[in-house]
Amino acid sequence: MIFFAFLAQTIRIAIPYLFASAGGVVSERAGLIALTLEGYMLNAAFCAALGSYFGDSALVGIFAGIGGGVLTALLYGVCVIRYRANQVVVGIAINLLAIGLTRFFLRLTFDSSSNSPRIEGFTETGTGFAALVQNPLVWLGLLALAAVGWFLYRTPLGLRLRAVGEHPEAALSVGVPVQRVRWIAVALSGGLAGLGGAYLAFDQHQFTDSMTAGRGFIALAATIFGRWEPKLVAIACLLFAAAETLQIQLQSAQLVPAQFVEMIPYLLTIVALAGVVARAVPPAALGKVYE
Amino acid sequence: MTRAKLEEALLPPIVALLIAILVGDILILSFGQSPAAVYELLISGTWGNAYGYGQVLYKTTVLTFTGLSVAMALRAGLFNIGAESQLAAGGFAAALLGLILPAGLPALLVLPLYIVVAGMAGAVVGGIPGALKAKFGAHEVITTIMLNFIVLALLNYLISTRFNVEDTLHTAEIRSGALSRLSDYIPSFHGSAANTVLLLALVIVALAWLFLFRTRCGFELRAVGLQPHAAEYGGIDVGGMWWRAMAISGGIAGIGGLNYVLGYKHYYEEGFGAGAGFLGIAVALVGRSHPVGVVMAAVLFATLSQGGLAVNALVPKQMVDVLQAVVIISMATAVPAVHRALLAGKRA
Repeated sequence: MIFFAFLAQTIRIAIPYLFASAGGVVSERAGLIALTLEGYMLNAAFCAALGSYFGDSALVGIFAGIGGGVLTALLYGVCVIRYRANQVVVGIAINLLAIGLTRFFLRLTFDSSSNSPRIEGFTETGTGFAALVQNPLVWLGLLALAAVGWFLYRTPLGLRLRAVGEHPEAALSVGVPVQRVRWIAVALSGGLAGLGGAYLAFDQHQFTDSMTAGRGFIALAATIFGRWEPKLVAIACLLFAAAETLQIQLQSAQLVPAQFVEMIPYLLTIVALAGVVARAVPPAALGKVYE
Repeated sequence: MTRAKLEEALLPPIVALLIAILVGDILILSFGQSPAAVYELLISGTWGNAYGYGQVLYKTTVLTFTGLSVAMALRAGLFNIGAESQLAAGGFAAALLGLILPAGLPALLVLPLYIVVAGMAGAVVGGIPGALKAKFGAHEVITTIMLNFIVLALLNYLISTRFNVEDTLHTAEIRSGALSRLSDYIPSFHGSAANTVLLLALVIVALAWLFLFRTRCGFELRAVGLQPHAAEYGGIDVGGMWWRAMAISGGIAGIGGLNYVLGYKHYYEEGFGAGAGFLGIAVALVGRSHPVGVVMAAVLFATLSQGGLAVNALVPKQMVDVLQAVVIISMATAVPAVHRALLAGKRA
């Protein structure tokens, strides 16, 4: 029983990571650094709250969330694909922009500096798994990385996307429209991370200021720790979520301070990048300006 | 400086500012206010009175440190996204030193000690990603971001369990070495946090300029940043320069912690950096990674930060967070665009 409760909570925590890191994999495999996941999720969470509040429907909220994520991603695309701006700088700035924009429009629409009014999201009855299976976003989240894996390895577009991220010049020489593939990748990653943002807003039944709280960076950590391979990335997400769950469950026992559990994903990522054994090697053209 | 060079240096910031003003207008209008009134309040609330520009100078000080930190790494071809945690580590180390020192020592005597300790703390946090890049090829962008989270979590643990004054998230006051505020010399600054660490910032800026443009090591650092392969061929130890540049960069950010700890509150407090490390990226970018440009950009961003508080009565202060992000994005986008346009013009 305790095990199932643990598993259910792990999945609940993992869903936003699974969505966002699915977006991270798509983006980075196409050569675009995914520092922006945090910003996609935050804008999407706000749009999802807005959509489901004013549209009075969870479905409107989900589509608004996807829209918010995609729009944010397209802004990133305009800067780094169209104008070839530096991906790191624009990526960091887009996260700052998302914090500022959501705060500004929180004041504008709901006259609050902390949170939106309550939104319905999906009504769940019961606890643990029984509640979890009623949420369609949970199912989608569990499938997200599997779908990305299928897309990358089983479809022509996926093959092209990987080629663009490894060696754009070679891809171009065999007729792959490099920039167009990157546009598709960036929009897709925004939509996927957007679903993660919508899930967060629904799960907490409101939007709160800076509610993503670094989850986009944990998803990026999972993307890297999972070596940009969808299967491994999914395992990384579940692992990070399990660590958090363990920390929450053991909080009263005070075995390990919460701050040390928080560090786990980040420490593992550094170890993976610096790994003496089986080092994580990013896509060759990641972050490079393509002329 | 030739005319083309000057155009390339000045056009992007101007374009970025114009776009920011445009976005600002839209935000202000969406809130039902007049842009002219808001911008007027922004200027009068910052440079229009002594308290306002005292606060701007205080924020300029820390942004000069973090901006110079990021700029120094950029000159070596590296992205230091970790200034936020390097700043915090420097401030924390300085506060600990302040708790150990005997009371009543003259500030000028212990100041060098504080600079060394804060700088060392920042240099360690910055040097680790540099060494990881040199030794294992780990990308410094990712490692500095991850280290931000790790170091800030560690400091949060230390300040919430070990070194705090009960029921707060700050340390006790340092026992000696506190520096004076500018209001001690110029009474009209009264109430503002501007302090003599500003002078230290300007000294460090001058030293950074001398180092970059007048020493052999600075030349090598810039060579590595411009063309690492050529630098290596020219006999420069590129890996060694990477970790040294990151350590210098982190050290500068670490010394920035003194602005709060020695100059303002005289203790370390959780979250005192408040995003100054991330804004340092913007400052370095707008300042084109030049020490003098960094100071000017620091003044600009400090004015915006303080201006947000000034306009809060009319529009949400978060407006300036948006504007700062817009400046960074349009600056980053305008730099390569202007470069290409000028290049095309030259060819034509």
